[in-house]
Amino acid sequence: MVRYWQDFFRKNGPTLALYLLISVTCWMLLMIVLPQLFMLDFSFRTNVPPPQWGTEAHGYTLEHYQYMIYGSAQSTDSYNFVDLSVFGRTILTAVFVTLIDVALCYPVAYYLAHVAHGGWARLMVMALIIPFWVNELLRAFAFKIMFGSTGIINNFLVGIGILDQPFDFIRNGVALYSGLSYAYILLMIFPIYNAVESLDKNQIEAARDLGSPWWRIHWRVVIPHAKPGITSGCTMVFMLTAGALAAPQILGGPSSLWFTQIIYQAFNQAGNWARGSAYGIILLATCLIFVLLVMKIFKIKLGEIAR
Amino acid sequence: MSADVKLDQVWIRFGEFVAARDVNIHIKEGEFFSFLGPSGCGKTTLLRAVSGFSEPSEGKVLIGGQDMAGIGPNKRPTALIFQNLALFPLMMVWENIAFALEVKGVGLAERRKRADELLELIALPDQGEKMVSELSGGQKQRVAIARALAAEPDVLLLDEPLSALDLKLRQHMRTELRAIQQRVGITFIYITHDQGEALTMSDHVAVMSQGVIEQVADGNTIYDQPDTAFVASFVGENNMFEGKVSEISGDYAIVDTGSGQMRARKSKGKEQLSPGDQAFVFIRPESLKFANGSDFDNRIKAKILQQEFEGSFWQVFFDVEGSNRSAKLSTVNDGTTLAHQVDDQVELGFNANTAIATPAGDLAAE
Repeated sequence: MVRYWQDFFRKNGPTLALYLLISVTCWMLLMIVLPQLFMLDFSFRTNVPPPQWGTEAHGYTLEHYQYMIYGSAQSTDSYNFVDLSVFGRTILTAVFVTLIDVALCYPVAYYLAHVAHGGWARLMVMALIIPFWVNELLRAFAFKIMFGSTGIINNFLVGIGILDQPFDFIRNGVALYSGLSYAYILLMIFPIYNAVESLDKNQIEAARDLGSPWWRIHWRVVIPHAKPGITSGCTMVFMLTAGALAAPQILGGPSSLWFTQIIYQAFNQAGNWARGSAYGIILLATCLIFVLLVMKIFKIKLGEIAR
Repeated sequence: MSADVKLDQVWIRFGEFVAARDVNIHIKEGEFFSFLGPSGCGKTTLLRAVSGFSEPSEGKVLIGGQDMAGIGPNKRPTALIFQNLALFPLMMVWENIAFALEVKGVGLAERRKRADELLELIALPDQGEKMVSELSGGQKQRVAIARALAAEPDVLLLDEPLSALDLKLRQHMRTELRAIQQRVGITFIYITHDQGEALTMSDHVAVMSQGVIEQVADGNTIYDQPDTAFVASFVGENNMFEGKVSEISGDYAIVDTGSGQMRARKSKGKEQLSPGDQAFVFIRPESLKFANGSDFDNRIKAKILQQEFEGSFWQVFFDVEGSNRSAKLSTVNDGTTLAHQVDDQVELGFNANTAIATPAGDLAAE
């Protein structure tokens, strides 16, 4: 261990070594570890106004976690159906959005990596990236306008006679799913692209030469090779979608609440930071467990994702 | 099952660039046929046209008499062994071998059985459960052959498959490949830039240069009776003299070179020598002798530049009078030391039937 640090200082020089050490430590501690620890601590304490923080009234309790499951004591329901169903729907929708993104991005990534050439490939990458220079909120509003009852899509569908009257894309969740699917699409495309791109073209040709139809080439050769990239993309898209706030806020129908909106309400409207923290921790833990479980099922190691 | 392959007036163009120019070749069924040429001569392009990864711009590829136009590589009765083998690294060895059977929908037990039989054939029994990365270079090579054979192709195509191996293994695999070919009895088409491989393994060799087939013949003929200046300079070593044909008599040509008049066998390619043509005379180092007063058809004067001892051979290099190219003579080491010293003026001789005169033309790059 001592040797390691000696080597580290010799290789980088004392100034750079010290800078790296301090900046990485600060980043880890101040930006990641401490905030999460505070949240964790808060989630187990009673909800009291800030002046009483640290006093006896600010004691430890499990009430917020219990609230998530059983609801308030005054309620007649045996479980907190509202929050639980929103939570379940959020996770389920995030899974669904992740699957849509894989289905959309795998062909695009494969095309970029092995079919498109030179200028055309660069143009496609630009076309993928440039829309993301637009602010996330603006993009969400653009989707809202596009999917609105007098939006371009409804106008078109009514115009060519497929629909008699405008379809309510927003109330039916189509706008939300589309917005969420689009929001993190780059985080799916680029990991898959990197993985697929590193595949030797000869392997694809070899499989074809041995008589394989295109779908089996993908199933047996390309997808197994791209599995770490696909998992990496899925992890990021799933986590970010489950934790998204802007798109559900803007594109969600009046009846469809996203779990992050409940957390937001707890913090900013109900002034209940403790419950907000508890709900945040629940979301984080569920996402982590879910991702680790999926990785276990598909036999992916954490190290492969980071590659 | 085995099939013949016919290339009928095949042209392959990439924009302005012509990769294959009017290629006409008939490869008989069950034959070991090699395309030999320097890199970039178009031999891999031709192989891809046979395997179906590219289509000729003009002309036809026929396999077993059937026109292959519009038939993809997955539907052709060919299997290709890639230069880098392209084994599937995420599959076990037996799964690699059985891939073609999996594609055909053969059941698991049958696939495993067939894979084991093929592992037996390539002398790698009980290695089926290994991952490809656990095998050595030569073993991977054999697995690639087994994987291709599992598809039961009529024609096996090999794209310089030995180039990644070290010299010793390469020589061993030559014998092995030839043996496998004779055992399975299907047509092998082999691409190489290594003349040793082409000459030792093949029934017939096609020598290619810049998209043109220079000569198709068996190895002996390629070496002893080259059709063109390119073949004479590319295959084996050759001394060369430039000159002009003064007379043709029967199978022989008389060429006036800067180093004197020379009589040599006339090449039998498409382009025939006639009096007045520019010509090259080629003589192999092993056919060039110290004259020592004996009777030779052709004699040249030279000065010894260097003598190299190579164990079983002496290599002697000369500056030839009237030529700006140096010449080389190799002679078997019979235990006696050479009678000459560096800088000696000597007379060299060779007979007309060991030399060959071809029309002047492009030479192989040194």
